[in-house]
Amino acid sequence: MSDSTTSPTTDNGHGLRSYLTGFKLALILTAIPFVLVATKDLTSLPASAILVVIAVAAVLQILVHLRYFLHLDLSATPRENMMALVFAAILIFIMVGGSFWIMFDLHRRMSI
Amino acid sequence: MFGKLTIDALPFYSWVAMGGALVTVGGVLAVTFAVTWFGWWRYLWSEWLTSVDHKRIGVMYIVLALVMLLRGFVDAIMMRAQQAIALNSEGYLPPGHFDQIFSSHGTIMIFFMAMPFLTGLINIVVPQQIGARDVAFPFMNSVSLWLTAAGAALVMVSLVIGKFSTAGWSGYPPYSGVQYNPGVGVDYWLWALLISGIGTTLAGINFTVTIFKLRAPGMNLMRMPLFTWTALCSSILMTFAFPALTVVCALLWLDRTFGMHFFTNDSGGNMMNYANLFWIWGHPEVYILILPAFGIFSEVVATFSAKRLFGYTSLVYATASIAVLSFTVWLHHFFTMGASPNVNAFFGIATMIIAVPTGVKVFDWLLTMYRGRITFHPSMMWTLGFIVTFVIGGMTGVLLALPPVNYMVHNTTFLVAHFHNMLIPGALFGYFAGYMYWFPKAFGFTLDERWGARSFWCWLIGFYLAFMPLYILGLMGMPRRLEHYNVALWQPYLIVAALGALLILLGIVCQGVQLVVSIRQRQERLDLTGDPWNGRTLEWLTSSPPPPYNFALLPIVREIDAFEDMKKRGVAYQKPPRYHDIHIPRNTDTGVAVGAFAFLLGFAVVWQIWWLVIAAAVALWAVIIARSFEDDTEYRLPADEVQEIERQHRQAMAGALRRPDVDAPVPSNQPLPEGLA
Amino acid sequence: MTIDAVIASAPSASEAIAESHERKAFGFWLYLMSDAIIFALLFATYVVMSADAEGRQTARSLFSLSHVSGETLLLLCSSLTFGFAALAMHSVKRGAVLWWLLVTFALGLGFLAMEIIEFRGMAQVGAGPDRSGFLSAFFALVGTHGLHVAFGLVWILILASQVIIKGLTPPVTSRLFRLGLFWHFLDIVWVGIFSVVYLPGLL
Repeated sequence: MSDSTTSPTTDNGHGLRSYLTGFKLALILTAIPFVLVATKDLTSLPASAILVVIAVAAVLQILVHLRYFLHLDLSATPRENMMALVFAAILIFIMVGGSFWIMFDLHRRMSI
Repeated sequence: MFGKLTIDALPFYSWVAMGGALVTVGGVLAVTFAVTWFGWWRYLWSEWLTSVDHKRIGVMYIVLALVMLLRGFVDAIMMRAQQAIALNSEGYLPPGHFDQIFSSHGTIMIFFMAMPFLTGLINIVVPQQIGARDVAFPFMNSVSLWLTAAGAALVMVSLVIGKFSTAGWSGYPPYSGVQYNPGVGVDYWLWALLISGIGTTLAGINFTVTIFKLRAPGMNLMRMPLFTWTALCSSILMTFAFPALTVVCALLWLDRTFGMHFFTNDSGGNMMNYANLFWIWGHPEVYILILPAFGIFSEVVATFSAKRLFGYTSLVYATASIAVLSFTVWLHHFFTMGASPNVNAFFGIATMIIAVPTGVKVFDWLLTMYRGRITFHPSMMWTLGFIVTFVIGGMTGVLLALPPVNYMVHNTTFLVAHFHNMLIPGALFGYFAGYMYWFPKAFGFTLDERWGARSFWCWLIGFYLAFMPLYILGLMGMPRRLEHYNVALWQPYLIVAALGALLILLGIVCQGVQLVVSIRQRQERLDLTGDPWNGRTLEWLTSSPPPPYNFALLPIVREIDAFEDMKKRGVAYQKPPRYHDIHIPRNTDTGVAVGAFAFLLGFAVVWQIWWLVIAAAVALWAVIIARSFEDDTEYRLPADEVQEIERQHRQAMAGALRRPDVDAPVPSNQPLPEGLA
Repeated sequence: MTIDAVIASAPSASEAIAESHERKAFGFWLYLMSDAIIFALLFATYVVMSADAEGRQTARSLFSLSHVSGETLLLLCSSLTFGFAALAMHSVKRGAVLWWLLVTFALGLGFLAMEIIEFRGMAQVGAGPDRSGFLSAFFALVGTHGLHVAFGLVWILILASQVIIKGLTPPVTSRLFRLGLFWHFLDIVWVGIFSVVYLPGLL
């Protein structure tokens, strides 16, 4: 279903298998951070390490969703859709990153 | 039953406010009466209000913009009058009322004058410039229009029922919070912005898809006319920046209505996050307003210099880089928050960098004129006035980008002068140039040029008189939004500024006269060729006004200035071998209904009439869901009707070109087009 | 010189349908990007507001890992079942489309019910959205996602009724396709929510 972003009716590149693979990967990438948080007292991993794992698993899982559920594909998805996604990602980086920079900088200056 | 709404909501608190309410109610009644008297309701309803034709929606957007321009300008002249006389006295406006006026002036001019004006121009022009028959989503276009109108109506209603916000057009908390502003004014402001903001987001999506997906064959991105390019960048900014406004308005409303603590002073609220979120939207918004005007200037300067635009590629890259950079400078609106030096330095430098692509554009326009055969049409005069004035404003902008200077003049009239210096020449002059340039395309006759020139001179001189004194006053330390003052030294400057506002009023009167004169002489001013200025881009290929389908057959594009290229090759007016049926979207009243229910929803939320909120929301979704069940939304225009429409147009065109006594619709150095001879 | 200034042939009906679908898909994609900005700013606001130490303390005592994993599982399964509905649509099996839409609806409703239970529980112990800036931001972010899910549920019902009334016509399949984009998008946002709100809150 790689062309599903262009056509809803003609398809069947990788139907069922794609969804099931996506589902399995998503389950694993959800389970890892949940288990780490649930067993944090047993494993006594540092919080910062767990946070890194959570972040990496989240980014990977988002990519899995985009690939296997939304069927984004570098070759088959229309260029405009890809451009819109990349542009939105850049803007989210600028807006969220900028907000953190501005607001936490202010927070530090206010607390001193 | 009626929430916070009681009889006290009527404006009996001041004579001036009552006057405003009376004028509003009287205006609505007069228009209703006139339409009824002349029996225009059916025509107005079935041909205009329910129309999904992009040209008509564009015209309605501009009508809304012009009405709101008058309202916003009345606010402006009231403020100038107050400040001119309020030395050591209270003037004629009580403080609470003065605050409402500057808040509504800013809100109206940005959201309900400039935004509809540019959306209207994009609507009329862009589909024709890219050789398309309509926008991508004609019905959504109608929804966008009526959501914008609903927002404007909320602002207007606040004149009669209740009060408008007193927190300025940017509504900073904690002053706009419920603790200091318990009335309904801020809620009116919030919901006007929320509702029209959703309309704008939808319009941005609509134009982006239109420009990406509906271009005529052969028109790749680097062959698009410059106005289409700027419209594309502006639409992308609308799509990606307006969500920030939606978020910030929704959060402030939650604070005010449900006692939440996003921006409050206590309980872990963070009011500077308001400024942060607001300007994440606010700075791109400046370029949403200005970029389309840059596009208009580019079209006008090329047409009236009879030359190809100089540096097309550099203009495209400048436009795109301005669009991206506009997302990286927002902190410069609140330097005085007190960020670290490196944060300030980053945003200060990013701000100055934007001046570079803008400077590239100025040189491109100047070099387009260089050795061109310039016609001093009023559109060209607006352009020239813009170039000179905008450069001055840009230089004060670079000054303001320096954090130390910014600390000095922050919140003074220097800032007021600066942003009016950007937005009046940079946006409004552009829209006026586009208004005169494309008026014949929309209505089939040209506007009077003498009154156009008079209006231009009044506006230009009036602008300098009104705003240059504000720069000086700002440097003298006068804060903005001052209701009265006790520094005698300021008064002469404020009187000059008031005189400037009066001169601008004269300019607006000239524009009114121009419209009346031109309508009365419309038979002599007919544009029968569809190409009154010897244009270069595809919108001049259609007749004026264009048929509902714009192009009977889609044009093939081989060059940047597609129409100029066709004329050169002698194929612009070739008679096609045959026509085919055309599918045209049918008019629908759903757009009007969505707007009406959105207005009702906004009004009910403002006054916290919760049963009405629910009823209006249910009705709003019901009409949209009902619409989603309709699949048959188009009608078919048969080929022979298309042929008949085209035949009449060709006949009129041939007649016009043969008559030398006609007010030269096509310059005489043009040979008679092939196929018409 | 021949006629090369215009396209003389009209597009065929199937071309027109495909083009219309592609336009709408792109338009809807842009809407999703725009919506993603809304969520991104709510996330940013949440993180900024959780600089408040008292807020972090409340979070630890209010969030429940098992509850969140239940919600996560429901939403993830609903993404899968919507995928099955899409597959049934491609092989034009009307009954299967309706069945999988129904399952997706049930899972989505379950998610929403769990979220409402969580919100009510928090409000009952005095940790409602008006308690602190941190809780305001929490309710705004998670609640906006919940509102989207509720909207998606209504949309599923509408499209299910269109499948019943109209069958799998091109306009209906085109709408189902966009609903799919929406539904999967909501699951992506949820991944962000448990990774930014719940899991760090429980650390």
